[in-house]
Amino acid sequence: MKYFKTASAIALALSSSALMAQELEIKFTNLTQGIYYTPILMSAHDDTMSLFSAGTAATPELQMMAEGGDISGLVTLLDGANANNATNPAGGLLAPGQSTTAMLSTDDSNTYLSIVTMLLPTNDGFAGVSSWKIPTEAGSYTFNVNAYDAGTEANNEVVNGGGAPGALGIPAAPGMDAGTGGTGVTTEEANKTVHIHRGSLGDDDLTAGKSDLDNTVHRWLNPVARVTVTVK
Amino acid sequence: MTIFYKNQFARKGIWSALGFTVLLSACGGSDNNSTPEPVTPTPPTPVTYTYEVSVTNLTHAQPLSPVAVVLHNEGALFELGASATVALENLAESGDNSQVLAQDMVLAGASGAGVIMPGMSETVSVSLVDTKPMMLSAATMLVNTNDAFSGISAMSLENMAVGESISLRTSSYDSGTEKNSETMATIPGPAAGGEGFNAERDDVDFIGMHAGVITSDDGLMQSVLTQAHRFDNPTLAISVTRVE
Repeated sequence: MKYFKTASAIALALSSSALMAQELEIKFTNLTQGIYYTPILMSAHDDTMSLFSAGTAATPELQMMAEGGDISGLVTLLDGANANNATNPAGGLLAPGQSTTAMLSTDDSNTYLSIVTMLLPTNDGFAGVSSWKIPTEAGSYTFNVNAYDAGTEANNEVVNGGGAPGALGIPAAPGMDAGTGGTGVTTEEANKTVHIHRGSLGDDDLTAGKSDLDNTVHRWLNPVARVTVTVK
Repeated sequence: MTIFYKNQFARKGIWSALGFTVLLSACGGSDNNSTPEPVTPTPPTPVTYTYEVSVTNLTHAQPLSPVAVVLHNEGALFELGASATVALENLAESGDNSQVLAQDMVLAGASGAGVIMPGMSETVSVSLVDTKPMMLSAATMLVNTNDAFSGISAMSLENMAVGESISLRTSSYDSGTEKNSETMATIPGPAAGGEGFNAERDDVDFIGMHAGVITSDDGLMQSVLTQAHRFDNPTLAISVTRVE
């Protein structure tokens, strides 16, 4: 019995020595040609936190981010969990084809990386990485990111400034390339959990039709972003 | 998150370095005579580096233009977020790979024999003598589009030993050089028979992920394309094997 206790104490000591503070350089690239990203939230946190999980309903804080680009709720949650955050590295919107880079110093126990940012113009689409285990080995790691639907708002595709949680509509089309007069694609969101976004529909009529989105500009296929994490 | 790659062949570098040493000492064999004789220096045996690139068309109804495969030590065939070269614009708008193969950075290049139809594969072989190439790039146009292409850019060959291969699946990219009007006049493939290359750049002028074709069946009235021409990622299955 004593032997086992000693062994587990050694195991604990070894595992805690593996939990080291890290210096990360995180590059985020918008791979689309017509979608803008709202202020990006990058966070290193421990295994008690999860920003989102596919198949699970969004938190109110994730909803704020996905419907209106407001990351303040998630930042408050993460601060409460002693996470290390890099907020808004692009200093506003990240335009199509553009990249932004942030430095992030992580505390010992914050070994998971999450990144979220809303896709504009969408109702509640976001690009997200949830709890990616940060490698302990120094090096450069690249992966692609898919677009999710928060499942909190119907994708009516009407650009009307509706960015507050629960307000139906798309807050803005920063490329100033959306139309008006759309009657709305749908009023329903059958899947109320976070799921892979089915993509926007759009139409080819900028003054009428169902959607205010332009089907030759505002559609996408996954992946929509690329992340390169350099562990120093 | 679908792709995850990091120096997976770094470990093998040692082995190819060892192989190289053995090769050199084998070539340098001279007799151990006590009397020095005039020795005619043996010209070094040329070393050939050959790579086979197999490309499979994973789409439903997008024939692929003859694939261009190039070996190079610098530069990139394309870079996401950056403006397309005129050579790449030619390939992406018309399927003509001749300018890509003739670029300054190309140490050796090879073209596929012809169009790769949906579901079909082709293997293209490319060789370089005496210089070990650092990178391989490949590209092909989805011909029933305005300017969609797929391929790989600046894949590292640095630590690839003979017999090793790398398999990957690639996405479709938009060269950003031609608006995706999908009209009969602007799509060169069999679905339309329209214009290929046009020097005018009337789109965003940077390379991004392709958003897919809309088609007349899904709300773009002017489109000559139908639901059959839609595609999703991945578009190609590519396998690169170093054979010598």
